[in-house]
Amino acid sequence: METESIIAVKNLTKTFNDFVAVDDISFDVKKGEIFGLLGPNGAGKSTTLRVLSTLARPSKGTATIGGYDIVKNDTDVRKLIGIVSEKMIMYNRLTAIENLRFFGSLFNIPKDVLTKRIDELLELVQLTKWKNAQVGTFSTGMRQRINVIRALLNMPQVLFLDEPTLGLDPQSSVEIKEFIKKLNRENKTTIIITTHMMVDADLLCDRIGIMDHGKIVALDTSTNLKKLISGADTTVMELEIGNLSPDIIEGIRSRECVDAVTQENSMHLRVIVHGDEAFDSVIDIVRAKNGKINSMENLQPTLEDVFLHITGHEVRDSADQKIPMAMGRRHFGAPQGRIR
Amino acid sequence: MGAKSLLSHSFRIARKDLTELFRNRLGLVLLVLMPMFMMVMVGFIYPSNGSTISNLPVALVNEDVGYRNSTIASQTFTIVLQQINKKTGMMVFSNASNVGDIKSMVQRGDIDGGIVIPSNFSASIMTGHQGTLIIVTDESNPQISATIQGVLSAVFDQMGTMLAQQNVQLLNPAVNASNSLAIVKPYNVQTEGVVSGTPSYFDFIAPGIMAMTVMMSVMTGLPVAISQEKEIGTMDGMMVAPINRLSIILGKTLGQTARGLIQGVIILGLAIGLFGVTIHGSILLVFGLLLLGVFSFVGLGVVITSFAKDQETATMLMMTLMFPMMFLSGVFFPIQQMPWYMQDISKVLPLTYAAQALRKVMVLGAGIPAISNELIVLIVFGAVMIAIAVPVFRRMMTR
Repeated sequence: METESIIAVKNLTKTFNDFVAVDDISFDVKKGEIFGLLGPNGAGKSTTLRVLSTLARPSKGTATIGGYDIVKNDTDVRKLIGIVSEKMIMYNRLTAIENLRFFGSLFNIPKDVLTKRIDELLELVQLTKWKNAQVGTFSTGMRQRINVIRALLNMPQVLFLDEPTLGLDPQSSVEIKEFIKKLNRENKTTIIITTHMMVDADLLCDRIGIMDHGKIVALDTSTNLKKLISGADTTVMELEIGNLSPDIIEGIRSRECVDAVTQENSMHLRVIVHGDEAFDSVIDIVRAKNGKINSMENLQPTLEDVFLHITGHEVRDSADQKIPMAMGRRHFGAPQGRIR
Repeated sequence: MGAKSLLSHSFRIARKDLTELFRNRLGLVLLVLMPMFMMVMVGFIYPSNGSTISNLPVALVNEDVGYRNSTIASQTFTIVLQQINKKTGMMVFSNASNVGDIKSMVQRGDIDGGIVIPSNFSASIMTGHQGTLIIVTDESNPQISATIQGVLSAVFDQMGTMLAQQNVQLLNPAVNASNSLAIVKPYNVQTEGVVSGTPSYFDFIAPGIMAMTVMMSVMTGLPVAISQEKEIGTMDGMMVAPINRLSIILGKTLGQTARGLIQGVIILGLAIGLFGVTIHGSILLVFGLLLLGVFSFVGLGVVITSFAKDQETATMLMMTLMFPMMFLSGVFFPIQQMPWYMQDISKVLPLTYAAQALRKVMVLGAGIPAISNELIVLIVFGAVMIAIAVPVFRRMMTR
């Protein structure tokens, strides 16, 4: 897909006091693609999105959207973009249609055009019969649907989605993802989506940038990212060991050819290994520890494995680090707290 | 395009805020109740003309031993006192045997004060001396004791005048009743105000409360309305739209001003309907002044907004500023009663001038020339604050 790029990010840095939320990142997003920013909470995905959507100013570096600078030509940029942020941008006491009419009116859309567009969008997400109900009475799934179409009122060329499926039940989550795909296919809308759900990123995105600690550590298509593992001499395998013990796990981990070991349940291990002798080496150590191998399978690598392989830690691990971060509100609350 | 869309966006934001306000039933009830409570509380707690005082329990002790076996002087005094009291109903008399008895009754709280006729009362009067009367007061309640002193002094004065008139007529039968009064009391005092009628405490307080409510509404409403939207995230929806940042602040101000004016009108309606306040000046000028007051406070509100990170901080910051303003701006108490240094502080508060101008217009029927000083102060204060606020706000928004 060799098309012109619509977003160009160059050495973008955002700091909050002495905390570096986004650390000197550069990337391009091509017109019409779905671009994913994948990473644990606190990796800097949302902050990147906020800077790109003109809601926060970069501390260093530049970015352009459709050729417009996000700082100097912010008003032009705003005309091109729509944002679905993690927080609902809806007034609970206003009805669905009042909310949409209010936000639409800020874009100087002629009244008749706006009315027609609101009707179409409501129809698109099957909310037409709720249009005169106050948004406060909506279910979470309905709220997220209306929250998404709010961002589409100005028919943006670029749509930013910050964790759009967060907190949704599986069905609503699938609906939203289908909607995003449809939007991209039919309207050729460029979509930038942040998520910490590996599966979502895999399903939706043409290209994925993996973020960790404010940096983009890998950027490619899902297939190519996985080749980082399976392409070289790295393999993901699953072992079922009947009498699995910590001693066996430590034994496997100590092998030179083993990159990472994840225990999935009482009997299953997921092991990332490299080298030709890897299988033999793992089997040897399990046997030496009197382990009983029930089955052994060579797996397709997932993005989770890629993340583990590149960063050396699990997505969940980093997500847990969020707890001390949230307490140090002065520094770490800032990326979530925004505006200022 | 620029100015027109700025205004149209502001208007839409204001309308959105007001729609939200009207959908919030409880909030709306409180919006109406707050000024009502304020008026009713303040209005009923403060005595209007002193006329409301009646049935004060007072003890009367007659220790008079008489002069040549006659206690005529003290008897006459008691009878006349009771006659006067029957007409006014101000006091309820109970008997006590001596001064000590009165004091312990005051301590128990049975009575609010006492009158003692000393043992030499008749003797003094009959021998051509002044008769002394003793009033015992309850010092734990200075206001009641001052009232009793005032009431009794007036009664004794009246009785003394009557006695003097009789004496004059006895000395010279040619003098008639009104002539004798002129001899005893050559001066008579009449009070006349700038406008007709007797103003009550409400007339003093209604303009101040109106000015205060409208301005506080802007000062508190603005930071809260903005920081609340920041907190729930809806501010992003406006920030990401291609609109002038100024229209957000303008729209919010418009919405809060409308809210404040609604409260102002409620207070005005209550003051006129329930408390009999009359507006002597132009009602248009009254609203013009309220709007000018809002203008003078907008800048201050914006500055608070810029400093407050969240709603809680905004509310606390505002409370800190609001209390001194409430009490120092002459809304409840006349500024002239304050010590000089407090008066100096009150002179830098814009609310002082807004309340003063509003009072002049509403109570005294003043026109624009009479309040030009206040107008100038309000305009200058507002302009200076806005000049400070706009850059501060811009910096906050682009951080």
